[in-house]
Amino acid sequence: MEEKIVLRNLTKIFGKNPDKAIKALKEGKSKNEVLSEQNQIVGVYNVSLSVRKSEIFVLMGLSGSGKSTLQRLINRLHEPTRGEIIIDGVDITKLGKKDLREFRRKNFCGMVFQNFAVLPHRTVLENVEFGLELQGVEKIARREKAREVIELVGLKGNENSYPSQLSGGMLQRVGLARGLAVDADIMLMDEAFSALDPLIRRQMQDELLELQERLQKTIIFVTHDLDEAFKLGNRIAIMNDGEVIQTGTAEEIISKPANDYVKAFVEDMNRSVVLTAQSIMQPVEDTAFPGDGPRTILRKIRKKGLTGILMIDTRRELKGYIRTSELVEYIKNHKEKEDLQFDKALLHNALSVDENMPLIDIINIYSGHQYGPVAVTDENNRLKGVIVKGAVIAALSESFEFDSPG
Amino acid sequence: MFEYRIPLRDWITSAVNYLEVKFGGFFDGFSAFIYFLVDNFREGMLFLHPLVFMLLIVAIMWYMAGWKNGLIAFAGLLLTENIGLWEAFIETLALVLTAEIIVIIVGMPLGIWAARSDRFNSVIRPVLDFMQTMPAFVYLIPAVMFFGLGLVPGVVATFVFALPPLIRLTNLGIRQVPKELIEAADAFGATAMQKLLKVQIPVAKSTIMAGVNQSIMLGLSMVVIAAMIGAGGLGEDVLRGIQRLQVGQGFEAGLIVVILAIILDRITSGFGMKKSTIN
Repeated sequence: MEEKIVLRNLTKIFGKNPDKAIKALKEGKSKNEVLSEQNQIVGVYNVSLSVRKSEIFVLMGLSGSGKSTLQRLINRLHEPTRGEIIIDGVDITKLGKKDLREFRRKNFCGMVFQNFAVLPHRTVLENVEFGLELQGVEKIARREKAREVIELVGLKGNENSYPSQLSGGMLQRVGLARGLAVDADIMLMDEAFSALDPLIRRQMQDELLELQERLQKTIIFVTHDLDEAFKLGNRIAIMNDGEVIQTGTAEEIISKPANDYVKAFVEDMNRSVVLTAQSIMQPVEDTAFPGDGPRTILRKIRKKGLTGILMIDTRRELKGYIRTSELVEYIKNHKEKEDLQFDKALLHNALSVDENMPLIDIINIYSGHQYGPVAVTDENNRLKGVIVKGAVIAALSESFEFDSPG
Repeated sequence: MFEYRIPLRDWITSAVNYLEVKFGGFFDGFSAFIYFLVDNFREGMLFLHPLVFMLLIVAIMWYMAGWKNGLIAFAGLLLTENIGLWEAFIETLALVLTAEIIVIIVGMPLGIWAARSDRFNSVIRPVLDFMQTMPAFVYLIPAVMFFGLGLVPGVVATFVFALPPLIRLTNLGIRQVPKELIEAADAFGATAMQKLLKVQIPVAKSTIMAGVNQSIMLGLSMVVIAAMIGAGGLGEDVLRGIQRLQVGQGFEAGLIVVILAIILDRITSGFGMKKSTIN
């Protein structure tokens, strides 16, 4: 496969005397020693890797591992101290200021950030056309292109909204659209989905994969979340202390961890990270409120075709579960009453689990429980989502697949 | 305690004298320019019938700060006309506007420069501290030396006094623009100028407008003091009230200054707010 980006012996030292720091590192000193002895920060040390055309390449590591620094070296937002960055055969470390600017315009879809970095004084449309505007593309042409990508990321109808009116998920779509509007093929995404709610986050991941299917960009995706890394990455580079420890596909990393650090990471994932209530829950279709009359509740249930409905209060705190069959019976028995009030007796204790509960425990609950979905709540008993039987089974089968190579 | 007295005052005097001789032509030209600005503002505003001008101000107030403020402004302006201070009011307004225009022309670029260069920032910061802690009266002296008595030294002293907050707040506003916004612009290949015009200034706008507001308020307070060197306007009436111990006259003029302050404050702060409600 064609190599799009090649990094050779890339090093970044933040400090006044990088030569001294590099010398110390060569002598086997650690990043922390360089920091305490020389007061210089080792951002990235001696990284060599290549990214193939049209793949999602994930840089994965904990905070301070140098993954964001490495990403910013690739478009030279940080100047590399040593090493080469070869993109489409051009060593961009050798480019002058003006050539670099041109190169960025032609080859990079800007950047997508964790906190979105959309311009607060511009509408969605104006934000999306930002990159094209910088390139001097004419207004009519760039508007047309912007509308096109806005539709692509599912923001149609919000063209004239301001960022303050949008939710986190929508803001990140703006960030994504802004990148896609530019006709370039390298996309840098820095913890792009980390600030989003778990449900929105998974949805955005799915959408990114769908978009990628069609657009075939070369994406460098930075994340600290192994679950996300394995889901999105065609290949993953695991970083620690400024160095790349292992590069490979998810299967390669799980089955042959390069050292104990990676092993600990992966083990951690098998036990809990992937398989928690949070990761398999689904959005709640509809809910009943304490003020709702029985007929209103029944209407909600009919509309979505549910076997029952959860009741929550205005703070989304879980109140209980109402069974459709009992509700229908109750209404039938009080047919003549015009303003029928909700009877507390209809409300059953809802079965709920904490959002961080491992899947294995959820299965046990499920086996002894025959009515409706299991509610997923946070530590304040607020409803976050529901788990239906199908999702449990699907998650299980996926996990068996995961385990088999190891 | 000391035999020898450092001749600080002689040094300053001779420095001012030197500048006067050396740059006399420049000062004359500058003086003419300022006079031209103030005079045109004043004549232009006096050319309109007071009622027309009042309604114009009320309309701007209404739009920027709501109808209640519009009504307050209208009442204040009617009072001004009623007690015969309309011309003095307009003159003061002309002085403040002229000084503020020069403040914006000089202050914004300096503020932007200070935001972009830490070195320049470290040079200008003590200068600004110095300018702000100097007693306001002191500025009147060099202004008189270079420009004589009258309107022009009044505007110059006002300019010097009102400049620091705009520089400071422009600097602050631009420095507070989130790092990611700058990185985003860089990643798309923005030039320094594009970053400034499309990202930094718009995002910093409400802070910069707060600087404009502050400098107008300071300018207004200075314009009144500048009456001591013959700048004219409402300050002159206040001064006359003090000199002749006519409490009523002094307070009347003082009250109109407050009304002008309210109008200018609501309009300029309204401008900063209007943009930031969108954000």
